[in-house]
Amino acid sequence: MSEINVKPVSSSRAGKIAKDLVSGNALIPVLAVLASFVVGGILIALSNESVQAAAGYFFARPGDLFSAIWQSVYGAYEALFRGSIYNYQADNFGDGILSLTQTLAYATPITIAGLGLAVAFRSGLFNIGGTGQIIFGAVSSAVVALYLPIWPGPLHFLVAILAGVLGGALFGGFVGFLKATTGANEVIVTIMFNYVAVFMLHYSLTTWLKAPLAVNPQSSPLPADTLYPLLAGTKYPLHAGFVVMLLAVAAVWWLMNRSSVGFHFKALGHNPSASRVAGINIGRTYFLVMAVSGALAGLAGTSQILGTEKYLGTGVAATYGFDAITVALLGRSNPIGVLAAGLLFGGLRAGAVTMQANQNVPIDIVYVVQSMIVLFIAAPPLVRSVFFMPKSKEAKA
Amino acid sequence: MKLELRGITKRFGSLVANSDVSLTVMPGEIHCLLGENGAGKSTLMNVLYGLYQADAGEILLDDKVVKFAGPGDAMAAGIGMVHQHFMLIPVFSVAENVILGHEPTKFAGVLDMATARAKVREISDQFGFDLDPDAIVGDLPVGVQQRVEIVKALISNAKVLVFDEPTAVLTPQETDELMTIMRALRERGTAIVFITHKLREVKEVADKITVLRLGKVVGEASPTDSANDLASMMVGRAVDLEGSKTAAKPGKASFVVAGLSAENRSGTKVLDDISFEIHDGEILVIAGVQGNGQTELTEAILGLQSKTSGSIKLNGQELLGRSVKSVLDLGVGFVPEDRTEDGLVADFTIAENLMLDRADRKPFVSGLNLRLKYLRELATKLVADFDVRTQSIETKAGKLSGGNQQKVVLARELSRELKLLVASQPTRGLDVGSIEFVHEQIVKTRDSGLPVLIVATELDEAVQLSDRIAVMYRGKIVGIVPSTTPRAVLGQMMAGISE
Repeated sequence: MSEINVKPVSSSRAGKIAKDLVSGNALIPVLAVLASFVVGGILIALSNESVQAAAGYFFARPGDLFSAIWQSVYGAYEALFRGSIYNYQADNFGDGILSLTQTLAYATPITIAGLGLAVAFRSGLFNIGGTGQIIFGAVSSAVVALYLPIWPGPLHFLVAILAGVLGGALFGGFVGFLKATTGANEVIVTIMFNYVAVFMLHYSLTTWLKAPLAVNPQSSPLPADTLYPLLAGTKYPLHAGFVVMLLAVAAVWWLMNRSSVGFHFKALGHNPSASRVAGINIGRTYFLVMAVSGALAGLAGTSQILGTEKYLGTGVAATYGFDAITVALLGRSNPIGVLAAGLLFGGLRAGAVTMQANQNVPIDIVYVVQSMIVLFIAAPPLVRSVFFMPKSKEAKA
Repeated sequence: MKLELRGITKRFGSLVANSDVSLTVMPGEIHCLLGENGAGKSTLMNVLYGLYQADAGEILLDDKVVKFAGPGDAMAAGIGMVHQHFMLIPVFSVAENVILGHEPTKFAGVLDMATARAKVREISDQFGFDLDPDAIVGDLPVGVQQRVEIVKALISNAKVLVFDEPTAVLTPQETDELMTIMRALRERGTAIVFITHKLREVKEVADKITVLRLGKVVGEASPTDSANDLASMMVGRAVDLEGSKTAAKPGKASFVVAGLSAENRSGTKVLDDISFEIHDGEILVIAGVQGNGQTELTEAILGLQSKTSGSIKLNGQELLGRSVKSVLDLGVGFVPEDRTEDGLVADFTIAENLMLDRADRKPFVSGLNLRLKYLRELATKLVADFDVRTQSIETKAGKLSGGNQQKVVLARELSRELKLLVASQPTRGLDVGSIEFVHEQIVKTRDSGLPVLIVATELDEAVQLSDRIAVMYRGKIVGIVPSTTPRAVLGQMMAGISE
């Protein structure tokens, strides 16, 4: 892309929101998680049948209510722990640790996509298009895996991954291109592109990509040579995508903290006007930011289909696109923070299943907890007042 | 209404922003509060306006002690404030802005806009503001927006009016108009507190002057005192405002602009057939009222203007049609007029700002890796060389005072191999000490044999810095004259009358 003379919109509202959300006190995310678990606990208690029953005769035997509340909340979070980290009720260590590997497997796509969004947020672009970029990456990857079996073995695998990365990068980069050339707002474009991607995927999976004999809209199973190798044997869901994720964390850290490209990204995010005067090509940087962001989302898509699902279905992006936004925000768009937030979300995802199976806690509670986290992060003053922290400087002035 | 502040002390942690400050303002008096940035002027006024609570001291209105818990109390007591940054809603009309917070209503809470309009007209006519109550505030020039702020204060019957650095955003003409308005208010018996650090304005309009330095009152002064004396009181040491610069020793004409024209997006000509040249070792000042094409001229040089024709040559190389990056690479140093918007990234550290335009160039980068150790060493050196007052090179640029921010910009631009320096209003909004420093650096750059282009909107600066002055009016150069040209002539040229 040659010189594009684009006048930056320095007071872009989305850019400001993105900036506000990624700057600020590092304690806030931790407290937001804590507060969300408290709210989650209240909901667990409220939805629990024995709590409801005990509340009916509260004045006769108040102790019953309190012990019922305790049992329901403790039981739920204990199950969450067993399902996500280590199941100490299992017969042997091998079975117990299965929980943790599930957490890591769930965390992989969320974290990679979260890294992608973090790059965009730090550069002042509010990329909401994680879903679309994951889907586009996954479709590109699946097509290569299914229809280009000309290089068998590791090469096929690598090309399939590369196709996913490129697919995401193009889909994301196109948004950056539109913003650079026409000034289109990336928030609106990415949201709309999510719809385009979701329905294109659905269409493809009911027509040309559909497995010949399948009832549901899904592709044929992906060839074994294109799948991420399992890391710990067939018993555990942990695959090489996890290692790719760790590499991605390191790469994004380097990009944003140690490279001149990332320096330009951040300069653009903080002050597009000064960046332009400093000779940074704004249009090209918009494109690059969105391409890198989309590339990571595409990579997340490959880990989902070539690692976990092993076929392409309509649920490939599931809620990952939006979870990734939460994860990026929770991690303050810092790679290490995103990793921590991704692991937390992976754990919630893995533990929720056990929680529902063992304690009869609706799985929706976990989604409520996740949503509460975003809510608390989006409103730092709320967290501050809940935890009696001093006001921020901006609020005082 | 008589306003008296007695022994006001305000501390922020260990910092004493105001220490035992006393001040009396009589009705029908313009009282100037003069002091450098950070002298405690704004803190004092925020105490008066109820935004801060004083740690000691009291506020008296007509000899009665008053206490303000917030701006609401202060307004109710008859204190009005015209803020430096306007508190207006751009998409609302003038009348809507003026009534905001105390809207007149008819039955069932319907807004009574007719009354609001009539009130705005009444005040506007009274003081000759020439305001249209239905104009949308965002469409109005800055000077007119300021009048809306004044009307807002007057409509709630303010008897004491505080102007916080009101001229920082105004053109010379708007400033003159504001002075007239202030005098008219004085005639009606309003007590006026005028906060500023511009000596010319003080001398022109003040009845009394109180000088603040480092949070303390250092004394009262009279408007008849010389500017040098006032400046010395403000800074706390002898100051030479005239500056001493040796005669230029111009070399060859290395920067040549010929027949430069430019259009803005809507197709209006913003630069009209501009031609001039600057010699090595010479300062050419572009003088003129802001908005006559100076911004577009500097942008055209830097490659930020798209629809241009003509030619801009530096050492024989054409600059037009190049990207910003390649113009910078040819050795053009640029100090933008709005340093916080165009010159710095406020959230970046001083060190990061020092490599803003060269982050992908040697020696700041090897491969794609930033050389942070090199940057730290360079930043430490530049911060010392350019006297940037900061605790650390890791301080965020946004936390620095205006003067120190400008030093960071200058340090960045002057620390690389330059062939031309372009500085747009390099001392805008700076205090006396920083102005001296910036001027020194510019003259030093000239003496090293570079051509220097300065855009100035204040005549003082134009006359003081220049070797020659080119006056711009409506996108044209009216004339290029020596710096010894009488002010009156320059003033006429700035109004578009050629010699």
